[in-house]
Amino acid sequence: MTEEMTGAQALVRALEQVGADTVFGIPGGAILPAYDPLYDSTKVRHVLVRHEQGAGHAAEGYAQATGRVGVCMATSGPGATNLVTAIADAYMDSVPMVAITGQVVSPLIGTDAFQEADICGITMPITKHNFLVTDAADIPRTIAEAFHIAATGRPGPVLVDISKDALQATMKFVWPTPMRLPGYRPVTRPHSKQIREAARLMAEAKRPVLYVGGGVHKARASAELAELAELTGIPVVTTLTARGTFPDSHPQHLGMPGMHGTVAAVGALQRSDLIIALGTRFDDRVTGRLDTFAPHAKIIHADVDPAEISKNRHADVPIVGDCRDVLTELVAVVKNERAEGRAGDYAAWWAILDGYRDTYPLGYDEAEDGSLSPQYVIQRIGQIVGPDAVYLAGVGQHQMWASQFIKYEKPGTFINSGGAGTMGFAVPAALGAKMGLPDAEVWAIDGDGCFQMTNQELATCAIEGVPIKVAVINNGNLGMVRQWQTLFYNERYSNTDLQSVRRIPDFVKLAEAYGCVGLRCDRPEDVEATIRKAMEINDVPVVIDFVVNKDAMVWPMVAAGTGNDDIKIARDMAPVWDNEEQES
Amino acid sequence: MSRHTLSVLVENKPGVLARVAALFSRRGFNIDSLAVGPTEHDDVSRMTIVVSVAELPLEQVTKQLNKLVNVIKIVELDPAQSVQRELTLIKVRADAENRSHVLELVQLFRARCVDVATDAVTIEVTGTPDKLGAFIRVLEPFGIKELVQSGMVAIGRGARSITDRSLRALDRSA
Repeated sequence: MTEEMTGAQALVRALEQVGADTVFGIPGGAILPAYDPLYDSTKVRHVLVRHEQGAGHAAEGYAQATGRVGVCMATSGPGATNLVTAIADAYMDSVPMVAITGQVVSPLIGTDAFQEADICGITMPITKHNFLVTDAADIPRTIAEAFHIAATGRPGPVLVDISKDALQATMKFVWPTPMRLPGYRPVTRPHSKQIREAARLMAEAKRPVLYVGGGVHKARASAELAELAELTGIPVVTTLTARGTFPDSHPQHLGMPGMHGTVAAVGALQRSDLIIALGTRFDDRVTGRLDTFAPHAKIIHADVDPAEISKNRHADVPIVGDCRDVLTELVAVVKNERAEGRAGDYAAWWAILDGYRDTYPLGYDEAEDGSLSPQYVIQRIGQIVGPDAVYLAGVGQHQMWASQFIKYEKPGTFINSGGAGTMGFAVPAALGAKMGLPDAEVWAIDGDGCFQMTNQELATCAIEGVPIKVAVINNGNLGMVRQWQTLFYNERYSNTDLQSVRRIPDFVKLAEAYGCVGLRCDRPEDVEATIRKAMEINDVPVVIDFVVNKDAMVWPMVAAGTGNDDIKIARDMAPVWDNEEQES
Repeated sequence: MSRHTLSVLVENKPGVLARVAALFSRRGFNIDSLAVGPTEHDDVSRMTIVVSVAELPLEQVTKQLNKLVNVIKIVELDPAQSVQRELTLIKVRADAENRSHVLELVQLFRARCVDVATDAVTIEVTGTPDKLGAFIRVLEPFGIKELVQSGMVAIGRGARSITDRSLRALDRSA
């Protein structure tokens, strides 16, 4: 089709053509021309948020929940810079997102004009790619390219900065528009020789582990993963961004590895002789001190991003490819190997791992003063709300407990800020997730510190009719920082006491002020009834202020800078490792 | 640590140099020298980047560079299989008394005298970094008033071209 229109109309039309149905944003001077045709669009719903950071996280939540590209929009200058945290977050967790920003008119670019910021320069290191568009004719092609780059290969955020004069100029809209990306050719099909080598190592290994990261669900490869795991009997660990990718109830699942991982998952990686890393990047929160990580393991590393392979840990078998293609081909080759009698025997390995699992299960102590344990609250939410819901978390203790004590059975049911560790992620991301999956029950598990960073989006939820649930795990403190002060700074609690338990602010009143239902719970015996009451409310958002014990700590823990073998299961308590490795 | 010469074909678009330079600084890699210029294809520029890194970080550099959407192709040029040249302009003190001595050195190094003033000459010289270094050392006693040096440019020996295949891909996508 060819039609004459303004750049702004072309932008909206292009968004419609690429299938963007929801845009989170706030208008302002430079982006204003785009908001006029957006007003008429019946295909693109614009959600007016209260802060651009909320727009960015909402787009992330939408993208993570649906697998589609999330879209956020802001004006130039401060509007654009307010998106930066969310863009960085999306970059670290490989979330497909397109951020559209207005820019000052092109003759003024570079003159320090009103509300001018070099957002392309600012976001260069935190976007997969970005574009500055100053010619209206380039808008449709750029939007097509931005969505293509964001969604393919290793997903990530793409920013499109459009000058106001480009939005106002008239142009001829042509669709479909050919893309011009000569330097962008993501490799998705793995090399068959490497797949055969991987299968051979798996059959020979005595202590293999499948180390599963966020890339497996991004490739929609949970079923293929389950098939490989069950075919081979190899134990599975799932990282923070992969929780739910393999069912927690599965007997081969050892839980989450890393700084707050289970003893079984951490111990399995440390003692393994073969790690099959899938869509994961040997992040420092998983490896601990890199030079002591899994010292006896050979590494098979499959990732769609070649730059991740051998970045932190040398890969003996590098496999560049989409995890679903990798797993599909691996399953086929492993089946052939097994048909010819080559299969690994991991019985002795499982005996060791079962020992870890039985001896050191996840757990927590109830507070001595009878106050509410945060872990108990989170565990009960998981049990009562169930595995069909989508859970989100901010960053800190509540996030780790949400990872540990909610049992995830389905891929994509735990959405949180992993790599960037962005406090304030949960509420806006829950807004986006619920808009993407309106029929799903969406629960944000938040901390009182995180909640106070972005709770203004409750207004958006209430006005737009997005009935999310927010469980504020309120210990009145920046809990994870406090935990580090307890352990490493002589219990000197410098600037971690938010005093939110004194009800400054009063979260129930705050919820009500935002048009939500506010509930409070501070006794263990009321937890279930409070959760059930929240579940009965489906027309407005619900905020529950769970006032909990501030001294609870996240265990197990591998202290920063130490090795995984130094994991503690409680303060000054280390697991007793057996010396089985001498046997092999 | 060793020196590596990377030839990088990039789209000829604004901001590409900034992307490449920013990537090096963000990932903590040092650039020894960098030269950018047009190629035989209007839409493509070629950067020659010299980096001092060990083998593994070099692999990271090239992988990270390859992830830049505007980067079309990267080739490492082996010094033995390529021609590598820098250009230097040197302004040397030279009066009537010692000018002929300076010009003799210019001849020996196959350099060129490009400007003459009463008390100075400006010399243009191209070559490998080793040759240029040697030339500068012999000129130093006369007094170097000003010196400017280009980044290294390099091209593979033989009939093969690193641009052929990538540019065909470019034509297809245009």
